[in-house]
Amino acid sequence: MSAGAPVPPAIDPVGDVAVALGPPRDDARLARKERLQVLIRSKSFIAGAIIVGFWVLCAIFGKLLVPQDPLASSPLNGLEAPSADNWFGTDRLGRDVFARVIVGSRDIMLIAPAATVLGTVLGTALGLVTGYFRGAIDDILSRLIETVLALPVVLVAVLAITSLGPSNVTIILVVGFVFSPLIARTVRAAVLGERELEYVAAARLRNERTPYILFAEILPNVMGPVIVEFTVRLGYAIFVVATLSFLGFGVQPPAPDWGLQIFDHYGLISGGYWWPVLFPAAAIATLVIGVNLIADGLTQAFER
Amino acid sequence: MARFIAKRLALGLITLFLLSVLVFCMANVLPGNVGRRVLGPFASPTAVAALNHQLGTDQPVLKQYWNQMKGYVHGDMGRSVSTRQPISEVLWPALGHSAKLAVLAFLIVVPLSILGGVVAALKEGSVRDRVITVGGLSATAIPDFVWAVVLLIVLSLGLGIFPSTAAWPDGSGILTQIKYLLLPAFCLVFVLFGYIARMARAGTIEALDADYTRTAVIKGLPQRTVLWRHVLRNSLLPTIAVVATQVGYLMGGLVVIELIFNYQGIGQMIFRAATQKDFPALEAAVLVVGVVFLVSTLVADVLYSVLNPRVRLGSADS
Repeated sequence: MSAGAPVPPAIDPVGDVAVALGPPRDDARLARKERLQVLIRSKSFIAGAIIVGFWVLCAIFGKLLVPQDPLASSPLNGLEAPSADNWFGTDRLGRDVFARVIVGSRDIMLIAPAATVLGTVLGTALGLVTGYFRGAIDDILSRLIETVLALPVVLVAVLAITSLGPSNVTIILVVGFVFSPLIARTVRAAVLGERELEYVAAARLRNERTPYILFAEILPNVMGPVIVEFTVRLGYAIFVVATLSFLGFGVQPPAPDWGLQIFDHYGLISGGYWWPVLFPAAAIATLVIGVNLIADGLTQAFER
Repeated sequence: MARFIAKRLALGLITLFLLSVLVFCMANVLPGNVGRRVLGPFASPTAVAALNHQLGTDQPVLKQYWNQMKGYVHGDMGRSVSTRQPISEVLWPALGHSAKLAVLAFLIVVPLSILGGVVAALKEGSVRDRVITVGGLSATAIPDFVWAVVLLIVLSLGLGIFPSTAAWPDGSGILTQIKYLLLPAFCLVFVLFGYIARMARAGTIEALDADYTRTAVIKGLPQRTVLWRHVLRNSLLPTIAVVATQVGYLMGGLVVIELIFNYQGIGQMIFRAATQKDFPALEAAVLVVGVVFLVSTLVADVLYSVLNPRVRLGSADS
């Protein structure tokens, strides 16, 4: 606190006032420690972290973990059932499904987090501005946000990618942009509560510049909801990116992407060839559930 | 009350206008040169120019938008680039097919998830509650096409209970049609169950905790009366709102489900239009999906306010 906002003398020297006036840094550290303890004790967080950790390792080391080349095709050995050689069987072109499932984690583990980061950064900025200024800016932006929300994310993405042509960068941009209003809505709600608090009034009285108030004063205090929203959105980003790949608007062949593998082979299910479909499907399911378990744990830790 | 509805309607119209601008821009401005995008990089410049002229995409953007919206208002959606058919001839029957599938899915999921949510809430924190909550959450998080292939493998290939397609033979009766639609409907049910059950559970827990419930119990009303008259009446209100917002999701989910089960609905139409870069058809279909969503949220809002005196009376001042 500098000049301009005189500190009122503490009338009650004991009890909660003394605690409240203690150095804020200690409070923050204490809260962080407490949150960490909640997280470590949370079964869902640990389970989620193990599952996601497994897929992160697969995405990083990829080919080093599998005995066969995920791209090497041998059409004569196509659609062979799971065996000791090919644990998950082979696909239409005789490629090893096990290798493709393990290596296939890479694209989605790059695209989905990148899109979520973009959406979170944009959405947080948008939410800070709309929540802080309210008035006309808020009204206009809220209406725009509602408009984007009127369309299913997958449809917006399909339309945009049809117009721009598919590439990994396009998917990241499109999903990031579509997510930003959703994240903005959550951040805005949190900012609405913060802007009435004294530290914001104090910063205003000190004549701090508005960007400073938004990003240095308010932002650290709404990080909890932002982090929770990020993990929830990450789960949904995986959902969307996998769906786009499945529809052929995402990762392009011959990449061993999960959605793409399912799209290539779902027509063969009625012929009895379940293995090229079931294993990538299980991979998507475990990854999404893992991320959601982490989000569940984080929500518990931040919302206590 | 009338003022609330009028205000809500006005806001809905503004959103509709913005939606039409957004979809128009994505379909006509974002591609840069629409004719080039449709015909590909190797088409001759004259062919591209001819297509642009025919689609009207060589005109100023504002005029294009105006002409298109004028057409939409009069029920003329233009012609498909790939099939040359009037779009409305394809779109309305497709929407009808999708509605059939969507209605079936909702008929299954709404009672099921409300029941699940209430049952979970009555024993909050029990194993039963955890199973329903965590199970619902996981089911919701898994993409619908993953559910579709898993159900196909288990129920169609493995147990042979259901057909592997939703395209029933011509002239099938309503029961046969439902049999063909059940598997695709289940995929949508799995994804929707979690959301709706979570809302029903939260609403019920709140209502169980409320003063009026305690009063009802204390004055000696039978448990069943308390549950039906006091708890459920209040807890199901927020659920209505969630069901409406899920209509939007449902329309997105249909793209995937209809593709897998080869069902000629609006989702399949959108998928085909997108893969063929049929921008006029794609734009019309996406816009219709947006309108369906806006209308359903509007209906839900109005319904919510009619049923809830607090919203009804509170909104009169604002």
